[in-house]
Amino acid sequence: MVAFLTGFIDELRQAGIPVSMVEAVDAARAMAHVDIGSRSALKAALGATLVKSARHVDSFEAAFEAFFSLAPPEGTEAEQLALGDASAVAGAGGGGAGEGDIAGLVAALFLALRDGDHGLMRAVARLAVSRLAGMEPGRPVGGAYYLYRVLRPLDLDELGKRLRSELEAPQLSAVEARLIAEEVERRLEEFREALRAEIRRRLVADRGRAAVARTLRRPLVEDIDLTTVTREDLSRLEAAIHPLTRKLATRLARRRRRGRVGRLDFRRTVRASLQTGGVPIDPRFRAPRPTKPEIVLLTDISGSVATFARFTMQFVYAIAAQLSRVRAFAFIDTIDEVSRFFGPGVDFGDALRRVGTEAEVVWLDGHSDYGNAFGRFLEADFDAITPRTVVIVTGDARTNYHDPNVAALVRIASAARSLYWLNPERRRYWDTGDSVMGIYGAVCDEVHEVRNLRQLERFVERVAIPVTRPVRRLA
Amino acid sequence: MFESPHSVRPALATQGYLADDRIAQVVFLADRLDKPVLVEGPAGVGKTELAKAVAGATGRRLIRLQCYEGLDESKALYEWNYRKQLLRLQADQGREWSEIEADIFAEDFLLTRPLLAAIRSPEPVVLLIDEVDRVEVETEALMLEVLSDFQVSIPELGTIAASSQPSVYLTSNNTRELSEALKRRCLFLHIGYPSIEREREILLTRVPGLAEALADRISRFVAGVRSQSLRKPPSVSESVDWARTLLALGMAEIDGSVITDTLHVLLKHQADIERVADGLVEGTAAG
Repeated sequence: MVAFLTGFIDELRQAGIPVSMVEAVDAARAMAHVDIGSRSALKAALGATLVKSARHVDSFEAAFEAFFSLAPPEGTEAEQLALGDASAVAGAGGGGAGEGDIAGLVAALFLALRDGDHGLMRAVARLAVSRLAGMEPGRPVGGAYYLYRVLRPLDLDELGKRLRSELEAPQLSAVEARLIAEEVERRLEEFREALRAEIRRRLVADRGRAAVARTLRRPLVEDIDLTTVTREDLSRLEAAIHPLTRKLATRLARRRRRGRVGRLDFRRTVRASLQTGGVPIDPRFRAPRPTKPEIVLLTDISGSVATFARFTMQFVYAIAAQLSRVRAFAFIDTIDEVSRFFGPGVDFGDALRRVGTEAEVVWLDGHSDYGNAFGRFLEADFDAITPRTVVIVTGDARTNYHDPNVAALVRIASAARSLYWLNPERRRYWDTGDSVMGIYGAVCDEVHEVRNLRQLERFVERVAIPVTRPVRRLA
Repeated sequence: MFESPHSVRPALATQGYLADDRIAQVVFLADRLDKPVLVEGPAGVGKTELAKAVAGATGRRLIRLQCYEGLDESKALYEWNYRKQLLRLQADQGREWSEIEADIFAEDFLLTRPLLAAIRSPEPVVLLIDEVDRVEVETEALMLEVLSDFQVSIPELGTIAASSQPSVYLTSNNTRELSEALKRRCLFLHIGYPSIEREREILLTRVPGLAEALADRISRFVAGVRSQSLRKPPSVSESVDWARTLLALGMAEIDGSVITDTLHVLLKHQADIERVADGLVEGTAAG
């Protein structure tokens, strides 16, 4: 058991969860008090002792599933189970569920989902995986591939439609219809989960726990690369961004309130010293007034960096209370102010959709043209920039071989208090192909590679409360 | 205090708190390992209630320390009763200082605050440290000695060790990252929104007179609402309020118009209300 536990802890550490020695000892002590035969008890005990942040729960679950999935039965027991499954499915499907008989499987699944029969559903899942996944020992393919192979012939979308029409009585209110649709979706998801569990079980039996855990390993939310994000990861990001920005906003507000004391208030100090016979025992200070920066955000929202642009905007608007003013501009090959879409009380998702549909950011062909965008900005909105403005440009600096128009950026830089550039691309790809990061970078105060939420958060925090005033170079 | 993990759920249920399997396990483990529990989760899912229910179920006294920004030693741990000390000094005029000193720094002059009270209590208590994420990092360090060794050091008196082991529950709304040191000393329990079945049970326990069919509808509808991306998803306490509202209005069924009329009980942002109501109108068009 100890070896097993250390293996599991090792996997957690590999996945990025910091597990200290003390916590490992706690986990071992906890093992003495739980019923090891019960998976849920084990999971609760390990989760409570080893994982100390809600952000790590996802990664913990993935590792736990790999390490503590039940081994599939072997030998005669397995045959018995398979036979039992087949007959159950055949009974429900009302026909000979022979090899490759998908119709029988679908019919049985339909009954199982309609009646909420969990036993039958699991039987179908087991049978479907053994028949449709085509799993071969030693084949280096991930679980997602097998899941796809099972799901394609079963056609769950069609099944969902049939289920809905079966469950819906005529003359149904809209609310009722919606409840049923959600219920159907939940049951389908339950079936998908059963399939995933079954595939995982077989993979573990084939390759061993550690190897499967490695393939299932998911990066922590803050470490997901924003430029190559998958759809699944995107929903995880969306769930994570709100608490993250809220945390940042509270932290900034707190630091601003508690920050260093202000300058000595000479008049009040002398006045107070009268109480102590003219000796200034109790010096008085002015209330500190750290400057709130004014931010102008220029974001490239073309396809390649769209995800990154949206998270940058979300971060900046989340801490808008800590800034004296925020103006956002979006561009692809021309630029348009998008501040009007955002504001207190406006749903961020809606605002983004409106940016996508209503903002005039395309001029010719819809490929990024930084030079033209900067030029247009100078013509139309140059007055947005004052010596108090912090300008943040986000984008990959890939101009599609258009003129970079550095002169425009130089003018922006010299008018503003500081100019930062955030590039979501890996640093080693900069200045390759049509990237002109080097040319633009020479004009900026700082250029950062920002590829995940962790880096983005750190940058925004630093800009919102500047430690020292940046020294301006003369352009 | 609990026999086995399985005895935790019924015990908490007598206090009107419906725990799920995981919560019960962690409560049991905390008791066996003598460790504090750090309860985290969105607002209104019953984090504070859990501590209250544990106190009720075990018949222990609940001592609550509500955290806020600026909470310090004198509010959390102990304070000397200066007035009383001064009076004593005046009454004792003429005595030797060495005698008086020992006198005025005695326990009689100590004002105990929640943390010290929990430790000095002769019978074990449940200590609830509520919203621990609101205090500054420095104040957090204050609690570490209490949480790991169950003792408090007072310079004038020495170290006061616990006469009984309190069970400690800390709650956090996760507005900031707690220090590693604090987290290491605690068991971690994340309470999310309940499953549909559990929410139905909660509604039935919390709202007497609610019909089972309606509770089922409500919990399913609320689960659907939570799956939408909202600024503030409805918490359990809000769905309980909603159920009470519907009951008070005498509704046996929920349909589109009833929901749009009472949605403000469930959701607290206008944008969220519009979004959810919008879905209902579309549903009518489709159906």
